[in-house]
Amino acid sequence: MMNNLKSFLNKLMPSLFKTKKHIKLGLYGPPNAGKSTLANKICQDWLGEDTKMSSVSEIPHETREVKVQENISIKKRGKQLSFNLIDTPGIATKIDYEDFLKHKMNKKLAKERAKEATKGVIEAIKWLDNMDCVIVVLDSTMNPYSQVNITIIGNLAARNIPVLIAANKTDLKKANIKGIEAAFPQYPVVGISAHKGTNVDELYETLFSIIKR
Amino acid sequence: MLTFQYVPFNEIQNLSSERRISKILGIVKRNKIVLMQGRLKSNEETALIERTMQEVSKEFKGIELCTIYPNSEKNKTAQFKQMILKVIMGDRDGLTIIGPATVVKEIKRNPDKIELFTYNKRN
Repeated sequence: MMNNLKSFLNKLMPSLFKTKKHIKLGLYGPPNAGKSTLANKICQDWLGEDTKMSSVSEIPHETREVKVQENISIKKRGKQLSFNLIDTPGIATKIDYEDFLKHKMNKKLAKERAKEATKGVIEAIKWLDNMDCVIVVLDSTMNPYSQVNITIIGNLAARNIPVLIAANKTDLKKANIKGIEAAFPQYPVVGISAHKGTNVDELYETLFSIIKR
Repeated sequence: MLTFQYVPFNEIQNLSSERRISKILGIVKRNKIVLMQGRLKSNEETALIERTMQEVSKEFKGIELCTIYPNSEKNKTAQFKQMILKVIMGDRDGLTIIGPATVVKEIKRNPDKIELFTYNKRN
């Protein structure tokens, strides 16, 4: 009852209950799409060169728990956007410790990593409810029509959460931004290389345009 | 040998989300590939992933999942809107394929075709 009243009054007088100082900006996507590389790039750009949010690795499921970097402010053309950045574990439908053995990991560590990774996926899904805006990070060298991509984006649409798609790894030969645009025509798609820092400025510009403040 | 089990929509339509997911996972964990009429709602799809992750074990590595849906709309944007609407609402149109990850290696979907790759047991 109180929540409904608050929601109604909030619509009438948006500033009345504006207690949230920072929006929660989530990075979502499948494993190894480059979410943590992008998180680090954003931190380096706006918090200083030495700031690193997450460790990155070519081995999938490097990020196995949700990481939060608070108080990031982006300033562009006189506008400012403040947010807490949330780097989430990659969402997958299967996790096999034997896949980690291929990366020369020992069996014990591989099993541990697989166990943590399953928990990470659950945690990432639970955090969907907390997001105010999401950058879905996709590997532009991969087929975009995966069920994980469709499920993530479908869930965000169901929750009315603004979505921006970062088509990452454009520095690689097989990158296909047009393929991602064709798969998700409803959403702005920005081709970037988080690793090289290419076109990340356009990502920031687009972020301003999709977040209603 | 691959075993497919068809699940018509009327078998799940009156079930709660939790029971739908239990039914699907029950079949998949018996190493069968589910061919379900229609699709799950978006919250059910994420709940299915969550439950799958909770149940990953030495024998059960997870699932491969794919939904095929007929598109009557020719316009790409309209097609996408239709697809997202069905993801949100759930629908008896289309077909959902869910297989155990130990049997189904990959389900590749392009807009017009679907390919299901399985593991070769002799390897």
